[in-house]
Amino acid sequence: MDRAARASKIQIQGVSRVFGVAGRPAPALEPVDLEIADRELVCLLGPSGCGKSTLLNIVAGFIPPTAGQVLVNGVPVTAPGADRGVVFQEYVLFPWLTVSQNVEFGPSLRGMAAPERRARGRRYLELVGLADHAEKYPGQLSGGMKQRVAIARALANDPAIILMDEPFGALDAQTREVLQDELSRIQRVEHKTIVFVTHSIREAVYLADRVIVMTSAPGRIKQVFEIDLPEVRDRFAPEFTRYESEITRVLKDEVAKVHV
Amino acid sequence: MAGMSLLSSMPELMQTGLRGQSIAPGRARALRLGAVLGFLALWSLVSGVVVVFGLFNPIFLPGPWVVIGALGEMASKGHLWPNVRATLERVAVGFSAGAGLAIGLGLLAGQIRLVRNVLEPVVELLRPIPPLAMLPLFIVWVGIGEGSKVGFITYATFFPMFLTTVHAVRQIDPLLVRAARSLGARPVALFRRVILPAALPEILTGIRLGLALSFFVIVIAEFIGAEHGLGYLINDGRNFFLVPQMLAAAILLGLLGYGGNALVRALERRVLRWQQPS
Repeated sequence: MDRAARASKIQIQGVSRVFGVAGRPAPALEPVDLEIADRELVCLLGPSGCGKSTLLNIVAGFIPPTAGQVLVNGVPVTAPGADRGVVFQEYVLFPWLTVSQNVEFGPSLRGMAAPERRARGRRYLELVGLADHAEKYPGQLSGGMKQRVAIARALANDPAIILMDEPFGALDAQTREVLQDELSRIQRVEHKTIVFVTHSIREAVYLADRVIVMTSAPGRIKQVFEIDLPEVRDRFAPEFTRYESEITRVLKDEVAKVHV
Repeated sequence: MAGMSLLSSMPELMQTGLRGQSIAPGRARALRLGAVLGFLALWSLVSGVVVVFGLFNPIFLPGPWVVIGALGEMASKGHLWPNVRATLERVAVGFSAGAGLAIGLGLLAGQIRLVRNVLEPVVELLRPIPPLAMLPLFIVWVGIGEGSKVGFITYATFFPMFLTTVHAVRQIDPLLVRAARSLGARPVALFRRVILPAALPEILTGIRLGLALSFFVIVIAEFIGAEHGLGYLINDGRNFFLVPQMLAAAILLGLLGYGGNALVRALERRVLRWQQPS
């Protein structure tokens, strides 16, 4: 992976964030510098409350940084936009729309003609294996199915960047691994720039080109791991487990800090 | 009824009714029909006992058949429809104006903090006043004609519908808004395609509340200086001691209220299909 050769898609420059908790400033994120290349899948990994979701929300444009800036294609981020699709842990589908209407939401906002939009929606529902459930409402789906719809909805809008905030965190272990497989397969087809927040080391090693390990509150980057594994990964390969244990060792100190 | 104070706990009750939702529909319908028939039988029995044993002047408690007879007589003389129509028209106009105003301002106030901050103190100040206390003022201001009655319904129904609408908008999951914005929704699309549908269930509850309240307040408005209307029939019945007429008008009011509620419920089932598990 010659990341250096590719243009950098997201530039995070000295981004920090302080939250006011009961009138007292609580730093959530210390200045972070990070460049993410086009079509790279980066995992932000760290214990709960390490500011990784905060960083993702800043890139998404949901909250402003206290200092620093995020550039996407060289342009500063000031608000959410269709160029950065977001997949949330809580799925956040529109419950009053059917599955296919949810997936077509972005294209229909852009005024895409109905036949083209439907074809597009169908294509992405097929990609996530839910073509048979197009007319259902989100309330009739399981958690895993909802998250597939949410991924299809993000992809159908054709953003260059997809931001995923612990997307599989609410799913059971089996569903979780199935969806990791799917995401990895989809990424080999779609080649998006993905920022993926997780607290699962296994998940990060399985999916990422690069794993950014963050420290606990206030968050900052502790160590960066290039995952030099084949695109299709084997969770039981010795190299895989070697990455796992290496990252576990680095992360353990951080988790311990939270629990003292 | 202690005016509005009861209404704060009513939305939940109005969602499920007293029965809850646990019985099978066919069985529930049979039970309801049975209960109504049982009630009519009991009523007949009591008024019959009064007549047979001469307990008191039976004119105070005419049986259901006497009341239905009175209804038939009024209908055949052409007295009934003009009165029903007068009440229905006042409710239709007054309630529609109230709903339009309340939902329009409620949507604005729910979204824009400035509007909310301006409206909230005024609403909080006026809301605890039982709307009926304002009726004589309305008559002084607008006169005794249609204006005061319609305006009074608008005034009384505004508060519950306004407050439910503001609440409906305020309780929308902010993540839904984030999701829509990340998909490229700008303010107008966001409002039309996310805020409105997300707020709709609670707004409809508010509408049912407001409609029930309009039938509640119109009667009293019609007690004072009306020449038509079901409230007028009741008051007129009191003046001339026509108890069957009073009961007939009251029952009609009940049926109209029931019908209005059923109408909004049907609308809810239609537009909130997504909430029904299947």
